[in-house]
Amino acid sequence: MMYVFNRNGVCLLYREWNRSLRTLNAQQDHKLMFGLLFSLKSLTAKMDPTSVEKGNLGVPQLTGQGCSFHSFRTNTYRLSFMESPSGIKIILVTHPRTGDLRESLKYIYNLYVEYVVKNPLYSPGMPIRSELFNMTLDQYVRGLG
Amino acid sequence: MAAIYSLYIINKSGGLIFHKDYGSAGRMDTNDSLRLASLWHSMHAISQQLSPTLGCSGIELLEADTFDLHCFQSLTGTKFFVVCEPGTQHMEGLLKFIYELYTDYVLKNPFYEMEMPIRCELFDINLSQAVQKDRVALLGR
Repeated sequence: MMYVFNRNGVCLLYREWNRSLRTLNAQQDHKLMFGLLFSLKSLTAKMDPTSVEKGNLGVPQLTGQGCSFHSFRTNTYRLSFMESPSGIKIILVTHPRTGDLRESLKYIYNLYVEYVVKNPLYSPGMPIRSELFNMTLDQYVRGLG
Repeated sequence: MAAIYSLYIINKSGGLIFHKDYGSAGRMDTNDSLRLASLWHSMHAISQQLSPTLGCSGIELLEADTFDLHCFQSLTGTKFFVVCEPGTQHMEGLLKFIYELYTDYVLKNPFYEMEMPIRCELFDINLSQAVQKDRVALLGR
């Protein structure tokens, strides 16, 4: 599955290719996902053992400030995360044995820039409804798997 | 040299019962470590909810830019997690070993109350030995 969020927590895109279990409805699922990532970022920034100056837990971090996580793994899935400097968060949920997907996330971000941002009819903050983007994304992800 | 930065043990309700720091830069006071532990407990639970398939048992490994966090959850819900350098090997084995030390020196201690902070000398001693041995073994490789 894939999620794209903007800096306000609006889910711009949700794609699913293979999901056998849905515990919550779509809205709650997106909110929970965004909340989880926000808190995890806050946790990693605070828990960072190499930084000397740490902010307080719960203070919203500016994009790029503080240590951020890029991936976590459970026994049933692996979640890879990337945040762009503008606050666009791209999340990929894959099989647990998938390797490091940071390059793929960068590639997907580039696709986003090409097909979505450069589209004159797209306004930032609105859900993405670009057929071309979806198609290219599907092709790329099928190629990955 | 692969280094362990710190170790935390959380009881099944999410309260921190043990915390040991092996060398992270920057001071972290007790309140902060308590908050972090509870936060981790909740994140662990939420990650189970978001699983696309059945049978998820929570986050086992979190990879960040400057550190990795390995977590082991026992069958009773007690969580052991260790913050280490990125790419450190054999943390799963170490966590299982720490779990064995926990059962031997903490749970079998008749004066230890369940879910309370751990204050067992023997546990501390053996834990330091295990972590040192790990370091030496990794250095030797």
